[in-house]
Amino acid sequence: MNQISDKKIFEVPLYAYERSPDQDAPAPVRRKVVVIGAGPIGLGAAIDLAQQGVEVVVLDDNDKVSFGSRAICFAKRPLEILDRLGCGHEMVAKGVEWQLGKVFFDERQVYEFNLLPEKGHEFPAFINLQQYYFEEYLVNRVRAMQAQGAPIEIRGRNKVLRVTDTGDHVSLLIDTPEGEYKLEADWLIACDGAASPTRAMMGLDFVGRVFEDNFLIADVIMEADFPTERWFWFDPPFNRGQSALLHKQPDGVWRIDLQLGWDIDKEEEKKPENVIPRLKAMLGEDVRFELEWVSIYTFQCRRMEKFRHGRVIFAGDSAHQVSPFGARGANSGLQDTDNLGWKLKLVMDGIAPESLLDSYDVERVHGADENILNSSRSTDFITPKSEMSRVLRDAVLDLSEHYAFARPLVNSGRLSVPCTYDGSPLNTPDALPGGPARSRPGSPCADAPMGDGYLLPHLGDRFTLLTIGAEAPERVEAEGLSVHRLALDTTPEVRERYLGDAASAVYLIRPDQHVAARWPAYDAAAVETALKRAIGKE
Amino acid sequence: MSDLILTPNIPGADDFYAELLASHEGLSKAESDALNARLVLVLANHIGDRAILSDALKAAALSKEDAA
Repeated sequence: MNQISDKKIFEVPLYAYERSPDQDAPAPVRRKVVVIGAGPIGLGAAIDLAQQGVEVVVLDDNDKVSFGSRAICFAKRPLEILDRLGCGHEMVAKGVEWQLGKVFFDERQVYEFNLLPEKGHEFPAFINLQQYYFEEYLVNRVRAMQAQGAPIEIRGRNKVLRVTDTGDHVSLLIDTPEGEYKLEADWLIACDGAASPTRAMMGLDFVGRVFEDNFLIADVIMEADFPTERWFWFDPPFNRGQSALLHKQPDGVWRIDLQLGWDIDKEEEKKPENVIPRLKAMLGEDVRFELEWVSIYTFQCRRMEKFRHGRVIFAGDSAHQVSPFGARGANSGLQDTDNLGWKLKLVMDGIAPESLLDSYDVERVHGADENILNSSRSTDFITPKSEMSRVLRDAVLDLSEHYAFARPLVNSGRLSVPCTYDGSPLNTPDALPGGPARSRPGSPCADAPMGDGYLLPHLGDRFTLLTIGAEAPERVEAEGLSVHRLALDTTPEVRERYLGDAASAVYLIRPDQHVAARWPAYDAAAVETALKRAIGKE
Repeated sequence: MSDLILTPNIPGADDFYAELLASHEGLSKAESDALNARLVLVLANHIGDRAILSDALKAAALSKEDAA
């Protein structure tokens, strides 16, 4: 196949090193926001801020997108966030959509499931897309914004050597191919991954549970007629006592994930002469394939105790790490930056107190704990930790072949769903009797058809007053903010997702499309109080 | 406010017990363990009530505080 010899996108420098005038300044230049790491989360954070007009500089020690496919499964909520950032549709157009999953145990298929996504949403439940494409589209979006004059910049091969929070600003020492320079930032966002050098430089904790297991990831290019489905094997003949996963990506690339166990020689297992026989045993002797990328990973489920440390804020894997089962890594990282962007902007503009940033900590620690819990449970099912947990696991699988009741117990990864910020200090207690639980304060807004398009593109980037069968002013000015009204028609989807048994509703929606408060009717004083609360002024 | 029944509730208790033993007859230890695990799951699903299931797990553990 020709495509093998062509340069892959992850072999081309997309943000090659260029000398910045900051390197020649007589004194360190002060920037508004510096982001460390040009991965999916760092770029997401930078685009979010630059869209709001905030000056942002992204530093990356590399100059290319992710090597190998890495994260491949992106859920609906992150796609909705990406749409707000201006590049959700490119991802969906390139990505592979899937709904059907099959579960195998030993030599047989025990059952299959269909995600059956709810209708009336603009974005699919999931797409599979290589991380390098994901990052490429984010870089493209940065370039398009730059062309329109947005204050955003990526500096390749800029490696941060030292981070000092002075209380008033953050001071950085940066190494480049042309030597070191100093830079200052009002705020620093560290998106430098699970092994975060920033976290290490600041001597911060990262505690949790180590899972004693190794997984071989192989991305293979093959022309095979496997359908676009997620196949998961427990204890298959080709990988006895272990698990396996097969998932399709764009361009005829297939992700194969083989559990190897703990006591292995990683360097040996990675060699093609050892990988290829394993894959042939799985795919069949006659299937022709080529290896694009092979990696062996272990994982931990852990998080930092706090994600905000003064003027340094951690987001994505640098703050929390989960097992890959359930696609909760990149998907939750984008929810971090979604949560952070508008808060940081309001604090920088002096509209909200600095303490609003502590709600980022509360809400995203809650999200991280939810992801760690789900991910740990999947891992415990996939890799039983005792003889009896294996007996119970196998019992569930055997029963699942015959009886529907056992299928919800099978856990090969609980796929990422958005986090509801129950108990957040920014929420106003629910005041809509009969309102659907899914839209209670703290929830992300569910999409719904609206006119020729959808609801969510009309929300976000600012506070919105959503009214359904209720009167309200077209604009509310309070607390230095302008809240715009959006009146919805009572379609069946809007009734189900926002009204429930209520006759009318007024929702206050945050810039990250989460519900802050809801009532049956508009009340100026109540809206003002809720708004105050939602920006941390109460 | 759980309704976990811990007083005699199976009519023909001896018959049931014999049936339970018979279901394990001729099985290896591993096969019996698997059968017991499946049985627990089938019964747990039939009960369904989470509070009763939690109480049943506690009762079966024979911990001192619940023995009273």
